[in-house]
Amino acid sequence: MKLQNLFVIALRSLNKNKIRSLLTMLGIIIGVASVIAMLAIGQGSRDSIENQISGLGSNVIMVFPGATFRGGVATAAGSAQSLEMADLEAIRANCRSVKYISPVARSGGQIIAGSNNWNSSVRGVYNEYFDIRNIEVESGSRFSETDERRASKVCVIGQTVAENLFDEYTDPVGEKIRINKIPFTVIGLLKEKGQGGMGEDQDDIIYAPFSTVQRRMRGARQNIQQIYISAVSEEKIKLASEEIDNLLRTRKNISKYEDAPFRIRTQTEIVEMFTSTSNTMIVLLAGIASISLIVGGIGIMNIMLVSVTERTREIGLRMAVGARGKDILRQFLLEAILLSLLGGFIGAVMGIFSSKLFVAIMGWPVTVSSFSVIMAFSFAFVVGVFFGWYPASKAARLIPMDALRYE
Amino acid sequence: MKEQDQERRKIISVKNLSKIYDMGAVKVHALRGIDMDIYHGEFTAIMGHSGSGKSTLLNIFGCLDVPTGGKYYLDGDDVSHMDKNQLARMRNRKIGFVFQTYNLLPRTSALENVELPLLYNPEIGRKERKERAMNTLESVGLTDWSEHFPSQLSGGQQQRVAIARALVNDPVIMLADEPTGNLDTRTSFEVMEIFQELNRKGITIALVTHEADISKFATRNILFRDGRISKELMIENVKNAREELDKLPPEDEDL
Repeated sequence: MKLQNLFVIALRSLNKNKIRSLLTMLGIIIGVASVIAMLAIGQGSRDSIENQISGLGSNVIMVFPGATFRGGVATAAGSAQSLEMADLEAIRANCRSVKYISPVARSGGQIIAGSNNWNSSVRGVYNEYFDIRNIEVESGSRFSETDERRASKVCVIGQTVAENLFDEYTDPVGEKIRINKIPFTVIGLLKEKGQGGMGEDQDDIIYAPFSTVQRRMRGARQNIQQIYISAVSEEKIKLASEEIDNLLRTRKNISKYEDAPFRIRTQTEIVEMFTSTSNTMIVLLAGIASISLIVGGIGIMNIMLVSVTERTREIGLRMAVGARGKDILRQFLLEAILLSLLGGFIGAVMGIFSSKLFVAIMGWPVTVSSFSVIMAFSFAFVVGVFFGWYPASKAARLIPMDALRYE
Repeated sequence: MKEQDQERRKIISVKNLSKIYDMGAVKVHALRGIDMDIYHGEFTAIMGHSGSGKSTLLNIFGCLDVPTGGKYYLDGDDVSHMDKNQLARMRNRKIGFVFQTYNLLPRTSALENVELPLLYNPEIGRKERKERAMNTLESVGLTDWSEHFPSQLSGGQQQRVAIARALVNDPVIMLADEPTGNLDTRTSFEVMEIFQELNRKGITIALVTHEADISKFATRNILFRDGRISKELMIENVKNAREELDKLPPEDEDL
């Protein structure tokens, strides 16, 4: 039989039974749409997590003090006073894969400017910290090494802090603010950074020289709460973290096999952790959606099987006027394939549309990848062939005479 | 000379044809050694009670069924040993079938119904298909009804669409299985008028019926009983369907 005629036959047959065709397609439409939407949501959340983690900075390595045991009782992680300024200087001097290094001293409190007040956190950092975390200044400047040496009472504030302390007509740069009653001069305003990986507001922050926060706000303690380090390149992150680990173990006389009183986290590890979580989520979502696609395929098979019975006389007639078994097989198979392809197409459009709807209504990060569209589409095709085959071969095996007499 | 050749051309020739249905415990002998020939241009009516084997014979003629024993030649080809695909091809090229229940595709226009056999013939293109279907519809007087669905046509019109469908592939023989079984007398005669007209144009027709008055429109009658031919006669004064129609009481149009 000519391919063209086959298409004429199958298309006419689908066209005569629009409702049946639509119902048959419905499962595939829903299946494909949900696969695409689910993958888009999964992909979108992974992308946004990756974006936020890359917002952490460039090639970041973090060193935290570990937990200590006092008489067998564990204290909270980070409470150990195991990191000192000397460690930091040693890392700077000896680790060749380290580019920037900065300690972090955390504080916070009530901030007052004129008649406004706001509560925010204050980080004491080196000038280099801004390079490690890619923090850019919108107006004014970062603090200098002199500020660090002198423990100057200067600070750089984030957008949220600025908005809460000053009205829109005031340039915060040059203004005086009081942090826990200590007067500071604002010397810089940070560029907006938006929401962080955990949903925190990255603009609700004040940076001051490390020495200032450590001495004036934390009571001149010697221990460091956290060290931020930037490796020279992405490839060197692992090497740098090993160098740091070795150096700190040597300095603290701890062998490779003992638990260290510090922890090292690299950006790569964090990315991997999050992506493995979101990959699990994507697989889960896609799995659930695939089930609906398979159910849709079974729907096609159901309706095709019913329609083979319902159309027995028609099949008999077609055979009586010269259709061979394989012509009938091809017709039914083509009907199933056309239905699933059309269903796949409508489903893809609906999937993309509903993904956009998620963006518009829920504000969810959504990424529709062409891969997911192609995959869902070809899966629909396979489903059509797979589930169309059985009813089609059943139709093809009918004996013309019996089919004609079927009531 | 050519015409004489046509005259003697055997369209159907069966020799010692038998058909046994194996129903497990019992074997049903539907046909027991049939010998018969149908020549080109004949209008044969096969008669008999139900179970006499007349429909079985027509199905074998129409390549819908295969004989258990004996030989069947259709237009010179030995059909007895053909496989399913070859039989389908014979049905498509050499046979035109008309059924008692019309068997038209629902929700399908008359024209598309008539086109159907040609769709299974790869040698015929779209344009030729449409033309032939339209011409055949015209020959049964349904030009104006080509776009109507079967549900919008009367029984007689539906049967005429079915006749057009049987003719569209230019078959060597038209087989009709109780074609008037579902029709009233007037419509039956109308359908028979078409058959007679087609026969006059040279189309060979074999029809199965149990109605004696229908068989009188054929040129040859074959009576079946218990799987055998019990009687065969050539009709000398064939009734004219047109004239019979005129004899019928007028239709009560304003009833």
